[in-house]
Amino acid sequence: MTTETTTDLFLDVRGVAKRFGDNVVLSGVDLAVPRGSVVTVLGKSGTGKSVFLKCLAGIVRPDAGEIRFEGHPLNAGDADCRAEFRRRCSYLFQSNALLDSLTVLENVALPLESTTQIPNREIRERCLEALRQLDLEKHSDRYPGQLSGGMQKRLALARAIVTRPELVLFDEPTAGLDPLRRNAVFEMIVKYQRQFGFTAVLVTHDLPEALAASDQVALLDGGRMCFQGTPADFNASDNPTVCSFRDSSGELRETIAALRRGETIQNRNDL
Amino acid sequence: MLRFLGHYTLAIVRELGDFGVFTGRSFSAAVGSRKLGRRVVRSIYEQGVRCVPVIVIVGLFTGLVLGLQGYYVLNKFGSAGLLGTLVSLTLIRELAPVLAALMLVGQAGSALAAELGIQRNSEQIDALETMGADVHAYLISPRLIAAVLVFPIQTTFFSLIGLFGGYLSGTVVLALQPGVYWSAVFHAVHPRDVRECLIKAAVFGFLTIAICAYNGFNAHRRKSASGARAVSASTTRAVVISSIVVLAADYVITSFLV
Repeated sequence: MTTETTTDLFLDVRGVAKRFGDNVVLSGVDLAVPRGSVVTVLGKSGTGKSVFLKCLAGIVRPDAGEIRFEGHPLNAGDADCRAEFRRRCSYLFQSNALLDSLTVLENVALPLESTTQIPNREIRERCLEALRQLDLEKHSDRYPGQLSGGMQKRLALARAIVTRPELVLFDEPTAGLDPLRRNAVFEMIVKYQRQFGFTAVLVTHDLPEALAASDQVALLDGGRMCFQGTPADFNASDNPTVCSFRDSSGELRETIAALRRGETIQNRNDL
Repeated sequence: MLRFLGHYTLAIVRELGDFGVFTGRSFSAAVGSRKLGRRVVRSIYEQGVRCVPVIVIVGLFTGLVLGLQGYYVLNKFGSAGLLGTLVSLTLIRELAPVLAALMLVGQAGSALAAELGIQRNSEQIDALETMGADVHAYLISPRLIAAVLVFPIQTTFFSLIGLFGGYLSGTVVLALQPGVYWSAVFHAVHPRDVRECLIKAAVFGFLTIAICAYNGFNAHRRKSASGARAVSASTTRAVVISSIVVLAADYVITSFLV
């Protein structure tokens, strides 16, 4: 686990729990996010990674636990602290969640119009600048439905960074993308993280890319964070869950080879 | 049985409370909201301009049928000259506000509930919240303000088209003199009737759009359905409840104003 003290941490999550009816999704999740770092939360499908990220963003209210933002508790009913957090934080949805009735430019302008008193002309300039950085300037008058999947992802990123946030939460930013686009999205995240200096928390399944792009990785399993450390620590860890996740591609190759040899393989029960 | 009734009553009270808070927040959120005027104009277009064809068609046929039925009934008593009175008072006091509201529920209300439900399903509303935007100010307030402005205009338009429909039935199709029809209309309608009509229209507009917005906005809270089914169930619920509330509110307002 990390060695930062609480005061060094930009975001400090302790014992976050969430259940939906009888389904316990999170049962005491801890995560330490140092300022200016890229922290990736890994885990199998259905382990509650997106729910955890939504708890951080305040979209889902945790049943228990504490989330501290620069040392201030977010879930203590302090509306001002929550509003301050939202002002300094952006969230990139897995589905992009672009407003389909607004143009590209209007989508990017929305967070600035909603949360600042910046004059309209300046908002337009800042939005065009963000679109230019993401090669979307030519498409500013189009609607999200008229863009390709990769362009929509870039648009969502432009909207996320236009407010110059200090923390960006990425919910499976590469879901459904081919390997080339997946690499491009990770490159884009790291490039803009370096350029704008924000702290990033990512949720993804893409292990090689996550290990390459992150300063720290964490592994969520069974409703708890069973590992947090640097990519080097992850690769060296002998934690059985980490080993299983890390060695999954090797296991797949062995299983496929065994199936081709005609051997009987027991059905997996962890789908 | 008692337990069921108690549970059901509590659920209704809770929902009414939620609805009250939702509506109150939507109105209060309008204060100081940026670009509110632009969004109100867009809502006026959606609820007003796009609903004109349906208002014209329903208003015209309502007037035509009233003219026909009224003429034959009144003619039996030798009072065909009162056709203008019958058509104008029936339309302005009752039919125009109620039918226009029901048409607008079907057109603008259902569209609003479905739009908000889809926005909720596709996380667009969550996205607005994470941006720090006031979703009530952005999505609901302009629609409520537009409804209070547009519904009285639509209802007035419905009444005028209906009166013209009655005129067509009574004088063009049947044998009534145009002067007799319009004279009866002008003598029958008092400013009080017009005021009652406009008050009803504003109240119906507010109630229907608030109910439709509330149902669409909370589509994700439906326990019986999820995804596309939740959107369709919320839209249906919004239309049914709005229609019932329009009729119930009509009775209440009429009993106070008559």
